[in-house]
Amino acid sequence: MTLDEQTRADFPILRRIVHGQPLVYLDSAASSQKPRQVLEAMQSYYEQTHANVHRSIHTLGEEATEVYEAARDAVRVFIGARFREEVIFTRGTTDGINIVARALALILQPGDEILVTEMEHHSNLIPWQMICRERGAVIKAVPVMGEGVLDLDAFGRLLSPRTRLVALAHVSNVLGTINPVTDMTRRAHEAGALVLLDGAQAAPHLALDVAAIGCDFYVLSAHKMLGPTGIGVLYGRREVLERLEPGLGGSEMIKEVWIDHAQWNDLPWRFEPGTPPIAEAVGLHAAVVYLDKLGMARVEAHERALCRLAMDALERISGVTLYGPRNAELRGAVVAFNVEGIHPHDGAALLDERGVGVRAGHHCAQPLMRRLGIVGTLRASFSVYNTAAEIARLSEAVQSLRGAL
Amino acid sequence: MVYSDVIRQRFRNPRYRGSLPAPDTSFEDVNPLCGDRIRIDCRIADGRLTDARHRGDSCAICAASADLLVELVLGKSVEEAASVPVSTLLERLGADIRSTRMKCVTLPLSVLQGALEGREVAR
Repeated sequence: MTLDEQTRADFPILRRIVHGQPLVYLDSAASSQKPRQVLEAMQSYYEQTHANVHRSIHTLGEEATEVYEAARDAVRVFIGARFREEVIFTRGTTDGINIVARALALILQPGDEILVTEMEHHSNLIPWQMICRERGAVIKAVPVMGEGVLDLDAFGRLLSPRTRLVALAHVSNVLGTINPVTDMTRRAHEAGALVLLDGAQAAPHLALDVAAIGCDFYVLSAHKMLGPTGIGVLYGRREVLERLEPGLGGSEMIKEVWIDHAQWNDLPWRFEPGTPPIAEAVGLHAAVVYLDKLGMARVEAHERALCRLAMDALERISGVTLYGPRNAELRGAVVAFNVEGIHPHDGAALLDERGVGVRAGHHCAQPLMRRLGIVGTLRASFSVYNTAAEIARLSEAVQSLRGAL
Repeated sequence: MVYSDVIRQRFRNPRYRGSLPAPDTSFEDVNPLCGDRIRIDCRIADGRLTDARHRGDSCAICAASADLLVELVLGKSVEEAASVPVSTLLERLGADIRSTRMKCVTLPLSVLQGALEGREVAR
């Protein structure tokens, strides 16, 4: 049985009719759909268990704390972290990056350098710009070359004794490029820099092992991996988290409080101020269990096959330009492309009229768009529920675009 | 139908696309939704907009909106030109514009207003 045959029925939303046609949802890289198992877990949590966590000494409070912390243990195993103290729940990838940025802002010195890449999502760029401006630090970027891969020679040249942090995407949200993060992490560490990986596009598609990669921080969003919106994960290597002061304050992240000072809580709660997204943690837990049952190796193989199918089909359509590595083995589950004479937003609106939902625009990666010399692209992205027949519908719809305006 | 005949025609065969040599005022801005950038050049004499042209990389809706807008305001006083209501443009476009694309319609309006107010282009 193919993966889509196994999963399709679990996603009620995929039965929707859009403009008179069965929905073809090819925008999972922006946000994936949710299986019934996730929806039911959250519903049941609210109906049976909900209370605030950690300091509610009553049955519901204790149960809520248990399910919240059980989600942390499940995520720890799923991402390959060694210790539960290393798994911090956030509001999403962007929030995770900002939490690290606020903590690093406390120790960054004028003249320090933060190294990003030209293919970063704005979320992995703006927080660093902000703290660099605040602290008089400098932001530099590894260039993208050729088919859309990082210039690793330039990476070597850009690493310096002043580099405090290397922040990059594990998988590009536009090009699909899977960056050589293990090797880059090793080289960054040799230069004395910390490493943050934006795993928003990797976590839904690849088997993760953050400990084996060796990075200091890894961030991801639940809503791109079959889970709910409003929750994400910040993995932080314990030795590194222990050295960092929290940059954000509130309840939950403290042990004892006086009027003029406070003692921080232990890890991981030190970095979780305020009431956390509890129901969302329950949903994320269910999503992780769901993905784990499918097996991430199968998920990766399924999405890679769809990616290959899509590239083969789109490439044959005259006027279509594909972006990113042509070899499907080197990329995640996104295919960005343009159709000659059609603005991406017009393209997306016309595909939508045929029931095909894709993303269009700059994909929050304007420096990359500038590098590619384009205003934007169309982008089809795939998840466990997408089918080969849907790729055929995409290809048919794209063929109709030329001369449509 | 998102793409009315008016939009298709104006996109394919714009009447006022281009630039003016030594315009009296011009302005450009981007649509934060898509990063599209459009520019409008204006020539003004005796408080009236005597000529205008638009250009830029934009979607069909934005390009059509800009072209219709220029047609609407030519010969009008600066005050009138700066206060064309969105509803007038929407009516002329004759399309079912969703909220996500409304900025594509209104960007030319705000760019024209910027030009007429002599606003500086942000870089």
